[in-house]
Amino acid sequence: MAEMNKETLIEMYKRMNHARFFEEKVSWFFARGMIHGTTHLSVGQEASAVAACMALNDDDLITSTHRGHSQVIGKGIDLNKMMAELLGKITGYCKGKGGSMHIADLSVGNLGANGVVGGGHSLACGAALTQQYQDTGKIVLCFFGDGASNEGSFHEALNLASVWKLPVIFYCENNLYGMSVPQSASMNIKDVAVRADSYGIPGHTIDGNNAIEVFNKIKEVAAYVREGNGPVLVESKTYRWLGHSKSDAQAYRTKEEVESWKEKDPINYLYNYMVTNDMAEKEELDELKKTCKQDIEDAVAFANVSDNPPLSSVTEDVYA
Amino acid sequence: MEYKEMTYKDAVNLAMTEEMRKDENVILFGEDVGLYGGAFGVSVGMFEEFGPERVKDTPISEAVIAGCAAGAAVTGLRPIAEIMFMDFTTIAMDALVNQAAKMRYMFGGKAQVPMVLRTPGGSGTGAAAQHSQSLEAWFCHVPGLKVVVPGTPADAKGLLKAAIRDNNPVVFVEQKTLYKEKGEVPMDDEFVIPLGKGEIKREGSDVTVISYGRMLPRVLEAADDLKKEGISVEVVDPRTLVPLDKEMIIDSVKKTGKLILVNEACKTGGFLGEISAMVSESEAFDYLDAPIVRLAGLDVPVPYNPELEAAIVPSVDQIRQAIVDVVTNKR
Ligand SMILES: Cc1ncc(C[n+]2csc(CCOP(=O)(O)OP(=O)(O)O)c2C)c(N)n1
Ligand SMILES: [Mg+2]
Repeated sequence: MAEMNKETLIEMYKRMNHARFFEEKVSWFFARGMIHGTTHLSVGQEASAVAACMALNDDDLITSTHRGHSQVIGKGIDLNKMMAELLGKITGYCKGKGGSMHIADLSVGNLGANGVVGGGHSLACGAALTQQYQDTGKIVLCFFGDGASNEGSFHEALNLASVWKLPVIFYCENNLYGMSVPQSASMNIKDVAVRADSYGIPGHTIDGNNAIEVFNKIKEVAAYVREGNGPVLVESKTYRWLGHSKSDAQAYRTKEEVESWKEKDPINYLYNYMVTNDMAEKEELDELKKTCKQDIEDAVAFANVSDNPPLSSVTEDVYA
Repeated sequence: MEYKEMTYKDAVNLAMTEEMRKDENVILFGEDVGLYGGAFGVSVGMFEEFGPERVKDTPISEAVIAGCAAGAAVTGLRPIAEIMFMDFTTIAMDALVNQAAKMRYMFGGKAQVPMVLRTPGGSGTGAAAQHSQSLEAWFCHVPGLKVVVPGTPADAKGLLKAAIRDNNPVVFVEQKTLYKEKGEVPMDDEFVIPLGKGEIKREGSDVTVISYGRMLPRVLEAADDLKKEGISVEVVDPRTLVPLDKEMIIDSVKKTGKLILVNEACKTGGFLGEISAMVSESEAFDYLDAPIVRLAGLDVPVPYNPELEAAIVPSVDQIRQAIVDVVTNKR
């Protein structure tokens, strides 16, 4: 498991920047109609997703969501294959068949983004059952949103995991809205974490824009879960800076609210933390940021020279 | 009758708005249908007109959306529930299949469940396997549910009004890729198309092509092209799958002696097989001079890549070719 040291924080900073630049690029492609379909960007939520993944062991598992770019980059991913997937290329993670909402890399324990809100809750239980049954020592981190916690699958999964003592961290990225609906209109509580009480499991609420807090809390609960104590619910409060998806006029929130959250930029926070605590020089971090930006350009170049999947592939991979 | 040109989406909106003005027991609820106006903008303006008591945002909870509609319907409201994508009706299945569809029968005819479940189906938007399915056949298999799939703005309006006034649960399948298509729509607020009444969209004598929903405009395009080449295609749109206008289909097949069926949904277990079997069992069978041809979606999940996505559903070219082949006895 990664320790909270300079090396880890530098890697975290790098992945957060990768996520930010990746999504800025994706947004640029969409604005020009160069990517098909829709996408859900997590700009502003990078600490919440990346730091949580980095507190896991490399071989632990995650289930990701429709807003999953930062999550899967946090788990560790080949940016080239990810960009190629968004551009629908054969070299992409899903051979161009999945797109943004289905990025999966089972080889690093990423069980896939999910187009179905709440779709990951029960899959995480199953993945955790395998770990428990085979005594692998691995755990599962299940990403979901505040809105997803209102799906019936949330209740069924937390209940099952609690009685079977499954090794799952249910990790709610609460960005205060489910599409256009504010949390206050979709649930009668302020903190999703209090729902843990009804399953008799621990619940924690943390500042999801503070990478250090996220890392430390997930590290702590991962140890608890790994010891066989059953699941934990962690709620990470954060905010998405951009619209819900490609088309969103955002009439349901104010510009002031968005601006106030931009002041809590998680990437700047980590930058300042490292500089203030003498863990890195400004120059080093600035240089790293530039490299990250270039990595995304390289990923685009890789995707651009990749082929589209052949038409014959359309009937492949339906069955094993 | 006064007509106005409008989009399919606006026609759906108009049907709901007119019915809500007439009957205060009609309400709309679903995810983001309020201020946001629905994921596809179908209910834009309705929250402003009817307020939060009658146009209600729900939590992201499909099971309770459908179940709440059924419960409200059996106790006197006439709810319209929206499920954002047809794919997510799978989460609402218990309420629809085991509850809404069965109450009347199970209770010996004592209950009625006048609800409409509106949901958009179909691919073509780049949203991949979990946001693109055409699952109408699932619902057709459940006695007690009615199933409607409008293919034009006017039909969308007239059929939705009928669905809202119907005393049974109706699954109203809208077509994402038709939402922005325009057509002439009757403005009369008593324009209602009875469920179970198909329409001959083009009269013809050489072959009958039956289609509905998103594939209908493609079939019409192929038919219009072929007319110039002297092939006379009769295009029949059943509009409602349950109840099905069997008479119109049988009469058309008796007239032309040839039958092609076109839809977007996967072929295996799809509704085209049902129409084909119905025709084979009917008196029209003796009139057939060629095997019945089905053009349907490939039996694969919907892929993301745009070229692959386009390739899995029948194209205008494929439809045209199939018609030529059948008419010239190549099949
Ligand atoms: C079962 C299901 N219902 C509805 C949707 C449409 N949808 C996609 S994302 C979303 C909002 C999800 O909110 P939340 O869980 O808070 O995640 P966030 O988008 O805020 O990251 C909705 C309603 C869906 N994809 N799946
Ligand atoms: Mg949310």
